[in-house]
Amino acid sequence: MAECHPVGFQWVMEAKRKGATIIHVDPRFTRTSVVADLHVPLRAGTDIAFLGGLVHHVLENDLDFREYVVHYTNAAAIVGEDFRDTEDLDGLFSGYDPEKQQYDPTSWQYENAPQSPAAGERDPGQPAGPAASQEPEEHESARSEQTGSGGPTVQAKPERDETLQHPRCVFQILKRHFARYTPQLVAEVCGVPEEDFLRVAKALTENSGRERTSAFCYAVGWTHHSTGVQIIRTASILQTLLGNIGRPGGGILALRGHASIQGSTDIPTLFNILPGYIPMPHAAQHRSLEEFVAEDAGSTGFWGNMDAYTVSLLKAWWGDSATADNEFRFDYLPRLTGHHGTYDTVVNQIEGRSPGYLVVGENPAVGSANGKMQRLGLANLEWLVVRDLTMIETATFWKDGPEIESGELRTEDIGTEVFFLPAASHVEKKGSFTNTQRMLQWRHQAVQPPGDARSDLQFYFELGRRIRAKLAGSTDEMDRPLLDLTWDYPTEGPLDEPDAEAVLREINGWDDSGDALSSYTQLATDGSTACGCWIYCGVYADETNQAARRTPHWEQSLVAPEWGWVWPANRRILYNRASADPDGKPWSERKKYVWWDAEQEKWVGEDVPDFVADRAPDHVPEEGATGPDALGGRDPFIMQTDGKAWLYVPTGLADGPLPTFYEPVESPVRNAAHRPQRNPALEDVAEPANPINPTESRVFPYVFTSYRLTEHHTAGGMSRTLPYLSELQPEMFVEVSPRLAEERGLEHAGWATIVTSRSAIEARVMVTARMRSLRLGEQWVEHVGLPYHWGANGLVTGDSVNDLVGIALDPNVHIQDKVGTCDIRPGRRPRGPALLDLVEDYRRRSGAHPAEEDDA
Amino acid sequence: MSSSLSGPLHDVAGDAGHEDHPPRMGFFTDTSVCIGCKACEVACKEWNLVPEDGLSLSGMSYDNTQALGASTWRHVAFVEQPTGRASRTDLGMPGIGPPGGAEPPAGPGQETDSGEGGVRWLMSSDVCKHCTHAACLDVCPTGSLFRTEFGTVVVQEDICNGCGYCVPACPYGVIDIRPGDGRAFKCTLCYDRIGEGMTPACAQACPTESIQYGELDELRERAGRRLGELQEQGVDGARLYGADPDDGVGGDGAFFLLLDEPEVYGLPPDPVVTTRDLGSMWRHVGAAALGLVGVGVASFIGRRR
Repeated sequence: MAECHPVGFQWVMEAKRKGATIIHVDPRFTRTSVVADLHVPLRAGTDIAFLGGLVHHVLENDLDFREYVVHYTNAAAIVGEDFRDTEDLDGLFSGYDPEKQQYDPTSWQYENAPQSPAAGERDPGQPAGPAASQEPEEHESARSEQTGSGGPTVQAKPERDETLQHPRCVFQILKRHFARYTPQLVAEVCGVPEEDFLRVAKALTENSGRERTSAFCYAVGWTHHSTGVQIIRTASILQTLLGNIGRPGGGILALRGHASIQGSTDIPTLFNILPGYIPMPHAAQHRSLEEFVAEDAGSTGFWGNMDAYTVSLLKAWWGDSATADNEFRFDYLPRLTGHHGTYDTVVNQIEGRSPGYLVVGENPAVGSANGKMQRLGLANLEWLVVRDLTMIETATFWKDGPEIESGELRTEDIGTEVFFLPAASHVEKKGSFTNTQRMLQWRHQAVQPPGDARSDLQFYFELGRRIRAKLAGSTDEMDRPLLDLTWDYPTEGPLDEPDAEAVLREINGWDDSGDALSSYTQLATDGSTACGCWIYCGVYADETNQAARRTPHWEQSLVAPEWGWVWPANRRILYNRASADPDGKPWSERKKYVWWDAEQEKWVGEDVPDFVADRAPDHVPEEGATGPDALGGRDPFIMQTDGKAWLYVPTGLADGPLPTFYEPVESPVRNAAHRPQRNPALEDVAEPANPINPTESRVFPYVFTSYRLTEHHTAGGMSRTLPYLSELQPEMFVEVSPRLAEERGLEHAGWATIVTSRSAIEARVMVTARMRSLRLGEQWVEHVGLPYHWGANGLVTGDSVNDLVGIALDPNVHIQDKVGTCDIRPGRRPRGPALLDLVEDYRRRSGAHPAEEDDA
Repeated sequence: MSSSLSGPLHDVAGDAGHEDHPPRMGFFTDTSVCIGCKACEVACKEWNLVPEDGLSLSGMSYDNTQALGASTWRHVAFVEQPTGRASRTDLGMPGIGPPGGAEPPAGPGQETDSGEGGVRWLMSSDVCKHCTHAACLDVCPTGSLFRTEFGTVVVQEDICNGCGYCVPACPYGVIDIRPGDGRAFKCTLCYDRIGEGMTPACAQACPTESIQYGELDELRERAGRRLGELQEQGVDGARLYGADPDDGVGGDGAFFLLLDEPEVYGLPPDPVVTTRDLGSMWRHVGAAALGLVGVGVASFIGRRR
């Protein structure tokens, strides 16, 4: 975190000053390790084994926060008889189809759960890999996001056994499932000695409970894995068992990659969600608004109001044209026909099905996995638009990319027409950043952008204006969605910039008299409200830009509610009902946050209560109630249909209701935890340029892991072009342990070539004891550490690490492993076609090959 | 010229002729909380328009800056040390606290059964010390280097004639001549910011408060408390560097809390103002000159005879 988020790390240092214990679990010894109380190096990609070990430790020693667990989680819920765990089926859950490499989740349901037609409709097909995208209508998008922020629908109130003794209750299933994750297994899989593991377990459990809380911070070290979703799930289980969710000082904090990556999922740039995590409708299933909202409208919890959120979104986009008679223009929304994720898009480009590409604020030729596939895709387009601050590699691949050097591509054969448009930087435009804490902070414009550089807002506004001008007068029905759009933002300044505050106000929404709304609870299903993103409703309350508030912390309470604005409802901690006990009293004086005031008959405290304001702790909802009315007084997890935190996920995940350790797609060792080597529901990407190194390959004996340095920014476009940053880390280097350097004859500050079955790159060698050799039983595992910032352009140049990385995807969110296997050898890499010969030789000797076409 | 060339000096600005001046300002750099982000280096260059200083990989851990110089006014050192065997460097030199090398420290970098020896990674942001007795200033023939009302030492680039006398005069090797330019440059403690009541750029940018700016007296007290805290926690290599008014430069305006011997960070263990003996040298020169005059006079007298 100090390495990649040094500014955010100031709060960790402040916590340390107040006595917090800082533990850093990471294969690398980084700038975080320097100031941590304990650094625990583990083998890259074994996080589920490590976290699973902690879950086991908690359950085995009765260290869970039992009262919290019984009342606020689904530990007591009883699972149906058909469910079989990985303990029963040798590493697989029930419902697995080995042909399709997919699960049917039906048997994972709670006992007596109706075969929910809603859930059935939402999951009619099976998730499919990109290779199958030729028959899109049969396939599904990512399931987890498809269900929106409420999670999937389950029977509202499952059967419960609050003694937690029923053999099929979630708590007992959890105990059995994690029983094998002993400290010995952790040592064998992760290379973490038992005593180190137990030190972590002790620190964590001693700092959780009524009086104390612990927080987890993570970044792409957890998410960029073919089991990434389940890694986060394991942490969630652990934090829920320890009672560290919804309480001050607790939580699981995702450190996002850029300043507003959180914002770009809230107001999404993802293919499968609409603003506020409303799922994108599917072409085959959602022919009408009624069909679309029916799945959630009947459910319990706040997601039960999804119809109001959707209608208000449609009103914000299509204004007066959207009426009840025309379903508020629901048919204007684009529809999913299959996978449209980034790697699917690349495969489609390579195979000639995707002719155009807009690349904005991203540098896939350097920053995305399997750089060769990225560039082969770029080379097979009709047109490419790159909007960036500097001339990045994605815009110049056609003249100086690695494939030009190797002779695989020739500039004169590439038909892609490339448009480079200079973009305005964050100081040259105004707008908001949403950070990892869901906090919107307004940013003012400091200077006008230079030359032709323009903000993204202006670019899209102008693009829309020009397209609409071209379509003006069209009678083609297909053009109506564009022509009926509300596209009338006021402009200002010498460059006629659209007013970003007007956009924020539209996101916030207004009522039928045009006044700004103050809360998403005001949103209506009848078209009387418009709101561009329901979770942001309130950011423009009282006709004021709440995100621009900057009251210093010393002029307000500890929670500092008047600094910026946090979605939803300016609530700083989500699910904060859980900070009070079942009777509504604080768990302890020390961790007091939100509580029930019996005299006032409402929830009060430091923060905006995340609960129905006047719902008493002893409230029992009426039979058959829906939406927020169905929440009981002890149901803090108000977005879940049952109001409880899910230790076990009965539906909604593609690769199992509980996390299970599988090896990364490429690994030097056999899976010591379970029989299946890899995630059984993995999505393969069958492309000639994407061969996968075999398991336990002697040709590729080392683990590579890619990462960032403080001095550079992601794919380098914003740092390799600046002298003050370039001079701090001027050359691509590879970090190896002294033991590995000796084994391979690598010289400090000399050159090395790193090879996978995708490509080979060169780097200067940094021999350092910060890279730890890990012992797994009798075997040593060595990591090859690769900072991934370099490319061919800029003041400092170097080979791109992502050229080494293969693609095989997590089935929930379609993300790839950031770890894999490789070889490393002294000396620089060959130039020209000789590079291809080297890689081909490695492929032949290792037997590496692309996934079969029909694998997916 | 300053009337005092060495030893403790309470009113450094007053000594330089500033009447009715603000308190002496300085830096306390607490390396125990430095995370090596180098924001100080970048912020310094941005504010002071210091040029880029070379684009080559040093091979010295993450330290590609390598040293302070005319175009580097903040320098974050990265020192990798093996732990477990000898936890700290023992140079057999006088230092504060008990000799090192006893128990391996608990905490990061501890040795484990699974791997090789652990590692400790020291980070420290170095800067001009703004000495109480600044030799660079004493030797400057043009008055380009001067003592500010804040007690800091600043070089004025429009007056500097590039003679370079200041370069060997500095006991820390801080000030240097910029190649291709010919003039001397170094940290100004952001003279143009602090005069406006602002914090120097490096301290402003530091996310962990490793670099603290303030009144020197207050910083020294704060540093003493911090040292006590660390010693209480068993961090037995911790020591202050440059905080002592009795040291060879009369104490630094920019001082440090280090976790090991100064040499480990590339700092001189016992810096002495190189102009310490200037007074006695002049006295000797004066006596010698008088003697010469006497000889000359005597010879004239002799000739008359």
